[in-house]
Amino acid sequence: MPALFFRYKINQCGAQEMGRETVLYNSLVDIVGEEFVSNEPEDLYLYSCDGGTTEPRGVDYVVLPRTVEEVQKIVILANKEKIPLTPMGGGLTLNGLVIPVHGGIVMDMKRMDRIIEVNESSRYVVLEAGVSQGALLSYLKKHHPDLQHSLPEAPSIATVVGNILIRGHGSLSQCGDHSNMLNGIEVVLPTGEICPVGSCSASPHWFSKGPLPDLTGLFIGWFGTTGIVTKASLRLYPRPAKRDMVLFVTQNPDLIPELVSRLVQTRMADNIGMMEQEKPEYMKGYQFTGVIISGDTEEEMDYKRSVLARVPETCGDSENRVTLLGEVPPSSKERFLEEPPFAAVAADFRKGGGFQYCGIMMPVEKVPEAWRRGIAIAHDNGMLFQCANQVMSAGHEVMFGFNYSFNRADEEDAERARKAMADTNKLGLELGGIPWKADLQAQKQIVEKMDPRTRALMQKVKTLLDPNGIMNPGNWED
Amino acid sequence: MALTDYKDIIHRCFRCGYCKFTSDYSYLGFNCPMYNKARLESYSPGGLMWLIYASLIKEELTPSKHLSEILYSCTMCRNCSEECKFQFNEDIVNILKAAREEMVEKQLTPQMVGQFLKNVYDYGNPYREHKENRANWAEDTGIKHYEKGDEFLYYVGCVGSYDSASQKAARALGSVLVKSGLSFGILGDREICDGNEVDMLGEKGLFEFLKEENTRIFRELGVKKIVTLSPHSYNALKNSYPDEFEVVHYTQLLRDLIKNGALNVSGGFTAKVTYHDPCFLGRYNNEYDAPREILAALPGVELIEMERTRENSFCCGGGCGNFYTDILGSGTDAPGRIRVREARDTGASILAVTCPVCVMMLEDALKAEGLEDKLVIKDISEIVNEALS
Amino acid sequence: MDVYGSLVEIVGEGFVSNQEEELYIYSRDSGAQQPRRADYVVVPKTVEEVQRIVVLANRENIPVTPMGGGLTLSGLAVPLHGGIVLDMKRMDRIIEVNEKSRYAVMEAGVTQGALHSHLEKNYPHLEHSMPDAPPMATIVGNVVIQGHGHLSVSCGINSQMVNGMEVVLPTGEVCKLGSCAVSPYWFSRDPLPDLMGLFIGWLGTTGIVTKVSLQLFPKPKFRDLLTFTSDDLDLLPDFIFDITQLNLMDNLFIISQEWPPWAQGILYVPIVSGQDEEEFELKIRLHKELVRKYEGKVTLVEGKHAERMRAARLPVPPVTLGVMAADAKQGGGFEYTGGIVPIEKVPEVSSRSVEIAHKYGQPYLLGYQLLTGGHSMMCGLAYCLNRADGGDVEKIRNALDDTSKMILDAGGVLWKAEAPAQRLMVQKMDPNTVELMKRVMKALDPNAIMNPGNWSE
Repeated sequence: MPALFFRYKINQCGAQEMGRETVLYNSLVDIVGEEFVSNEPEDLYLYSCDGGTTEPRGVDYVVLPRTVEEVQKIVILANKEKIPLTPMGGGLTLNGLVIPVHGGIVMDMKRMDRIIEVNESSRYVVLEAGVSQGALLSYLKKHHPDLQHSLPEAPSIATVVGNILIRGHGSLSQCGDHSNMLNGIEVVLPTGEICPVGSCSASPHWFSKGPLPDLTGLFIGWFGTTGIVTKASLRLYPRPAKRDMVLFVTQNPDLIPELVSRLVQTRMADNIGMMEQEKPEYMKGYQFTGVIISGDTEEEMDYKRSVLARVPETCGDSENRVTLLGEVPPSSKERFLEEPPFAAVAADFRKGGGFQYCGIMMPVEKVPEAWRRGIAIAHDNGMLFQCANQVMSAGHEVMFGFNYSFNRADEEDAERARKAMADTNKLGLELGGIPWKADLQAQKQIVEKMDPRTRALMQKVKTLLDPNGIMNPGNWED
Repeated sequence: MALTDYKDIIHRCFRCGYCKFTSDYSYLGFNCPMYNKARLESYSPGGLMWLIYASLIKEELTPSKHLSEILYSCTMCRNCSEECKFQFNEDIVNILKAAREEMVEKQLTPQMVGQFLKNVYDYGNPYREHKENRANWAEDTGIKHYEKGDEFLYYVGCVGSYDSASQKAARALGSVLVKSGLSFGILGDREICDGNEVDMLGEKGLFEFLKEENTRIFRELGVKKIVTLSPHSYNALKNSYPDEFEVVHYTQLLRDLIKNGALNVSGGFTAKVTYHDPCFLGRYNNEYDAPREILAALPGVELIEMERTRENSFCCGGGCGNFYTDILGSGTDAPGRIRVREARDTGASILAVTCPVCVMMLEDALKAEGLEDKLVIKDISEIVNEALS
Repeated sequence: MDVYGSLVEIVGEGFVSNQEEELYIYSRDSGAQQPRRADYVVVPKTVEEVQRIVVLANRENIPVTPMGGGLTLSGLAVPLHGGIVLDMKRMDRIIEVNEKSRYAVMEAGVTQGALHSHLEKNYPHLEHSMPDAPPMATIVGNVVIQGHGHLSVSCGINSQMVNGMEVVLPTGEVCKLGSCAVSPYWFSRDPLPDLMGLFIGWLGTTGIVTKVSLQLFPKPKFRDLLTFTSDDLDLLPDFIFDITQLNLMDNLFIISQEWPPWAQGILYVPIVSGQDEEEFELKIRLHKELVRKYEGKVTLVEGKHAERMRAARLPVPPVTLGVMAADAKQGGGFEYTGGIVPIEKVPEVSSRSVEIAHKYGQPYLLGYQLLTGGHSMMCGLAYCLNRADGGDVEKIRNALDDTSKMILDAGGVLWKAEAPAQRLMVQKMDPNTVELMKRVMKALDPNAIMNPGNWSE
């Protein structure tokens, strides 16, 4: 038996109360139908763990609703019976955010997979919570080839809504993060009400978040603790005819803030990302900064390339230089220009099926220190250093991704990765940054560091919306 | 013009607030000294316009002591007229003046304003100083009284005559004019208030009286050309008195005297200087260059401009008799204190001025700020006088 | 309880008033709404003073209305139920400008003009997105009403440009929101649970924002605009689609006015910028080439009118045309309905606006701004009013009411809506959403002291 199987714990909640379990099971079957509920160990197993380092945690039921009415009924039931409820999209945060902390029901949203409307004139798409990034990409390419959405660097099964709610970012990161692109949502509150939020609450059209009171914030970044988003309206952007990548290399992370600043100042980029990896050997010690550009004509593209080509001379000095890579290997280009970029290749570093990364949002001037200390942390934990970073909008912040690839079949290796993650979260907070899509441990560190009155306000909001504490409990706790 | 003559204009103010700023919205602070200090919207140009309309035209509000305090807090520096984007911008200050005239008629002026006006009426100056002492500042200066046939009347004004700090400027200018060989004289104790502040404070009757009296004296002595120490006097004599007098401010005259060689300023004065444009020379009469040309003619002078210069100059807070009535009050946000801090921040050692009211206000501010060792206030007449010796 | 005495104790005598003159000024603005009496005006300097005032107001059940520039024209800073108007403009410090991470932290009273000037002087390669409003408008005020500025199309609306806030809750706690709650740096809104939304769009009913961190953007070296004209309203959605597909604008105005006569058609005014001349010229050329497809139905305007448009609309902030338009009646009053609508609704909204204007005997005055990269349009449907003529003011109030109803009917929403228009919106909203709003307001403001009467039925 694989080692992990023995660590799978029997669920905490109601395991011995056969009567209750049966009643609950039957109630769920009544709502979604027998095929879409399970409390079989094999099914629950998959929902109790993810590809990251999180230790598995027990799940009592998994349920797959199809309609918002089904979601509502499940929520009302969970509220009545005080059963924890954890909504789940693609489950690809790798930080265990959709693995319940206190058992209960996992609500897999992926059957709610309709793209409801694409409005070309006002450039938005209304979709259900289970629509995957891949499905939206493909749908737009086929039916609305002039439009695109900002695509995160993640496997295509990640959901659009899930990514918005953790404030993801993607191919159009210069437009901001994806929660910035939200026009509205439909949400089922923990107390069971279905609320449209945004212009859709006062109009048939989902074209704008404001200027109504911004209620969407109550569901963004909360990791499902305040309600279940069942629909969203996401802004779309023009899809230009051409895309290319320009790559810069440095050998000193101290150059990065200035380089990023100059690149942002040109306003040419769709996306600016940085990376380093210690294998293959020839890549060690080099920082790569990739700029994605796009345009409708070759003239525009040539122009953008020529502007970017002039950036290196404005940075650094004779000892520390920024170099433009004249010839970028096609395979590298493809890796970055593909939609979505095939990030999983980095994940397979250790060839062990395990991967997690610590994404720290930080001011750009902290990047050099983060880089150096990140290398130290990786090495101290017996790992290779690998990072993939993203510049957000006009250089307003950097998502610094410290990648840890590990072998799932080797518990010691997983433990090393776990420790490296913990050290990195600590580093991030020390630098004045904040862990993105923070795992439980990082959440605790954040809350401890938080202004106490802000902490109190957070709890107040949670209690207001979820008086019985059923929504993904254990997250953002005080 | 009476307030009713403006009744189609007063309500046109939108309270949009451009009037509070410099032309480039300087972060240093609001350029309306009254609003910058008081910060209540009532104490802003828009506030004044709306309150004048409400109380004196539409009669929704009963004119009160508090209204009077608000209306008289303005130093009439004209920044608002300068910055207002609408076509009625020129009338803003005139509307306030007309409103003050009504307040005077209603006997609703602040106590100190009433005192100021009474003093001018009784003594010919706001200080309750006796007429006989008016020319004491000129003792032992060699400056003579004006006689028929002299080219210029040197008109000193009340502040230059009686305030000790400003008297230095009066003497310095006199000395410079003597050295230039110009034919001129002063009125001595026959000089009475030109009435500029009286006019601004809305005491129309008294202003007319002063104007008539001064005009009579000038005519009696055959005065044709007048050079004033104070821009306040310059403003009244040039714009409100009969056209027959050719009026210049002393900076215009000195600039010409330097240009035509009558004054040789090529040696003797070295300093880093910053210059404060006074409201009544600058915004009221568009004279920003003459003082600067004088400073440029002094080889040892390095002019370092403050951020708020020319049309954007920040009023010293002394206008409309505030140098006496002190309605704007003191404290770190008093306009004079803000201005001397601004001058200090240029790194200059001298803050050059061309107005006796500015001299007074800024000297007081300097002391209040404890900056006497960092900065010296000098009237340009003093600077030129030192450059000549 | 001597409220006046307590307020004097908190801010000092010079910064409180309950005298008729101050109350008069703070009880009304330049729009068409009925005046509403304020009881006290208070001008605090520090967040501690704000906190003490809020604690007092909570204890004594006195409404509090925070005020920035007071320039919404829809009376949002004029209390609906009396109480204290809190004029935030003495809190006017710019605390920090972080060049590398491009943000500025400032107090709630910092004006658009002051920030603009400070950046121009000290950080000339940076700018903020400045709204088409008098420079006395505050940064915070504009953010919390979800305003938009001259970088709307390229960079988004101003409520999206906020990295952090400090707020005083109605119950008196001072909270930091965003990264500043956890870090010394005010660089990021995420990735914490979003609490900032609780203070954006709520019209002061949930608390008082005392500080904000605003994102700054690279300032281009070259800027210009183009003016296109068309008589065909139905072409508008297509033209907007095409011009936004180019994805090269900073901003887009659409103007149509009965006066002056040359502005009577539809005028499209894209603003284009570049870091160097070549880029800039390329962009201008690509925009000019765009109209070829429209075969004369959309044409480039050149000459005297183009110059006037340039003078009016290019400066940041634009002054002349809007300001002149406001004074058309020489009446000192102006107010507009800001209808935010999907792009395809703009032709319908425009025709119906003209009808309403004429119904009330007014010239039509349509000033639109495109929001974000072509996702919605803010349609400013404006009326001048003569403050000296009570009948005229009432007529315009009714015109605005009709206009609001028309926007809602067309499926739009109302930007910075005056109280009557808010009521129309709330009545139209999904009752569950209204309920959620009320619950949030009650949770944060149990005694309902914060700008009460807003967002209510």
